[in-house]
Amino acid sequence: MEILRHTLNTLAATIVDVTPIITILLVFQVFFLRQKLPNARRIVVGFLYVVGGLALFLVGLEEALFPLGRTMAAQLTAPEFTGTARAAGADWRDYLWVYAFAAGVGFATTIAEPALIAVSLKARDISGGTIHVLGLRLAVAFGVAVGVALGTFRIVTGTPLPFYIIAVYVIVILQTYCSSKSIIPLAYDSGGVATSTVTVPVVTALGLGLATAIPGRSPLIDGFGLIAFACVFPIMSVMAYAWLTAWLLRLKGRSDREKPR
Amino acid sequence: MTGFVRRFLRLLAAAFRDLLPIALVITFFQLVVLQQPFPNIERVLIGVVFVAVGLTLFVRGLEMGLFPLGEAMADAFARKGSLTGLLTFAFALGFGATVAEPALIAVAAEGARAATEAKVIADDPDALTSYALHLRLTVAVSVGVALVIGVLRILKGWPIHYLIIGGYIVVMALTTMAPPEIVGIAYDSGGVTTSTITVPLVAALGVGLATVIRGRNPAIDGFGLIAFASLTPIMFVLVFGMVVGGR
Repeated sequence: MEILRHTLNTLAATIVDVTPIITILLVFQVFFLRQKLPNARRIVVGFLYVVGGLALFLVGLEEALFPLGRTMAAQLTAPEFTGTARAAGADWRDYLWVYAFAAGVGFATTIAEPALIAVSLKARDISGGTIHVLGLRLAVAFGVAVGVALGTFRIVTGTPLPFYIIAVYVIVILQTYCSSKSIIPLAYDSGGVATSTVTVPVVTALGLGLATAIPGRSPLIDGFGLIAFACVFPIMSVMAYAWLTAWLLRLKGRSDREKPR
Repeated sequence: MTGFVRRFLRLLAAAFRDLLPIALVITFFQLVVLQQPFPNIERVLIGVVFVAVGLTLFVRGLEMGLFPLGEAMADAFARKGSLTGLLTFAFALGFGATVAEPALIAVAAEGARAATEAKVIADDPDALTSYALHLRLTVAVSVGVALVIGVLRILKGWPIHYLIIGGYIVVMALTTMAPPEIVGIAYDSGGVTTSTITVPLVAALGVGLATVIRGRNPAIDGFGLIAFASLTPIMFVLVFGMVVGGR
């Protein structure tokens, strides 16, 4: 019965969350556009599916994934597990399992991210099928995995965040000049899309747990920044993915030239 | 009806496939690395079923509701031909979707506590609440501005990389000037603004606009709105830190 109450509460909270968006949509639709929506009934049913689905999704996450993820993050970063002597300070090699966990969780939560599914579907539709839904999602998830792992490394070593971000921006700028025009907007978008409902809470918990457990780190100052890493690295990995697909297509085109692409 | 059921089952299977990596990662770390049994496994399994069914409904609802709505509205705005109306709508959508976003509320509260730690604001509840609220409003305004810039870009066909790279350079310059305790929060706030309902709507709006407007290619011009929404919050929050921190 507890789960039923939780579901109803979450459903109410989700409805409250979407109220501003729905209000804005309605106000503009009714007072400004004043046009009849095609398939209005279907759209309303779709909206109900989205809100109900999101509420169920959140309840499931809070029941199953988030508590487990938080406990595991706390256990993996605890000095008893890493074997760090408090007085001696942290050595970055004590935390190899933490980096592995960060990468695994970053990858896995991104694959389950509903917003990323949405953008991949759109990308497939407008690219005429040259962008694959799963391929794009794997590329983004790979970027998040690398980003979060590097972010935990930064918290362990305590090196300044701007140093990393600026280095990454320089790489993104260089990659942009080597990429085809049609992938650039999608790549830039993928960073913001990857960090949503599933990824943010787990990754934040990991960062705060790590910053609390390591001697000399403040959770309030050093705990931040993991999301930023998770946000920037997919840009690089999506541009790399586009480059790789183009290269594979060229190889294939060379081997069977008579077949239309 | 059977078509409906079959489609639902196919989406459900896809949802379980999407959750497989999480199950693998958690099982591996729990059993192999931490070497501990699963705490209350029934609850976890029930949770997984909820997540899968929720994801299935969500994806179905996207295709039925959010995508067509975004496209229909983009089409209606283009036909109406009012630039002010479209830009007002873009700002309102960005601001409204962000200001009540739970992830942002959490980050703003954390940010306020970091500010007391750094002795930027006094350590009393009123100062904390006011700091968090102003931080949230700053981010919400920045997302509104982002969608306005993004929509203008689609209309005018400006190449996105000049704008984004220019934005990066501004962010780098601001980073060197801003007080250090705001930097982490600023970078993180860029990631938390894009919620699960806003993203599909905004993506459909952008693609819809790029499809309707003559001379625009949806593949090149349709995306990019979300990119602005993850960049402007960083700038605005860094400036916020400089104004409030006042060093």
